[in-house]
Amino acid sequence: MADHPQETGAPATRRPMSPHLSIYRWQVTMLASITHRVTGAGLGLGALVLAWWLVSVSNGPEGYGSFMDYADTPLGLLILFGFTWALSFHFLNGIRHLAWDMGYGFEKHTAARTGSLVYVLSVVLALGVFAFAWTGHGGYLQ
Amino acid sequence: MSSLETPLHKVQGLGASHSGTGHFWRERITSAALIPLSLWFAYAMLGLVGTNEVAVVSFLAHPWNAILMAAFAVISFYHLSLGLQVVIDDYVHTTGIKLFLLLLVRFVVIAASISCVFALIRIAAL
Repeated sequence: MADHPQETGAPATRRPMSPHLSIYRWQVTMLASITHRVTGAGLGLGALVLAWWLVSVSNGPEGYGSFMDYADTPLGLLILFGFTWALSFHFLNGIRHLAWDMGYGFEKHTAARTGSLVYVLSVVLALGVFAFAWTGHGGYLQ
Repeated sequence: MSSLETPLHKVQGLGASHSGTGHFWRERITSAALIPLSLWFAYAMLGLVGTNEVAVVSFLAHPWNAILMAAFAVISFYHLSLGLQVVIDDYVHTTGIKLFLLLLVRFVVIAASISCVFALIRIAAL
């Protein structure tokens, strides 16, 4: 019967769907979850840049120079700042996820608060890393 | 070490998700390993920023640094493949495309991991 789509087995049947992105009101916990995915995928590109850097260094001075020609430009530094923030966020939010996996911080308001905290701390951490380098405190492994 | 899989799971090989909790567990183990390794990586990058090729090579040629960098790179790529698999599982519903993307991710992370380790061995020999 047409009133019971499951019985017809027609491919166009409209079965009930679980609520998803377009249904929910935006809130920090879902935003942090999405950001965790996006930063994770972005850090995949960052990991490839790490591989590019290591291979460049292994090619001697010319190889190192060829990498720095790209990295030491305004666009290169902007991208490196993006990776720095992405790693800061994924690192901090990853610890939040591990805490959840151990049963901590699942309470609704706690989860929202730690979500906001991760955003603030990740920006502070990324800016801190670049400030540390730009004020000449880096390069201590010379 | 003997496998922790139950005999039933071994025979079936498949569930609704085509696996058990192995993927979840590996994702957690690699993320736990990446906490100290990421901190070390930040320490290393900040220590090398603004230096030159000689400083970078001598740092990476040191066995401990080479081992830690290899561990950071390889575990990161493994963690990446686990994470991207979830994204692909969630958003790609065509079996052929899904299989292609899953194989592509594995191919790239394995190639990149081997490249990193080989590069570190070459750096040590520079």
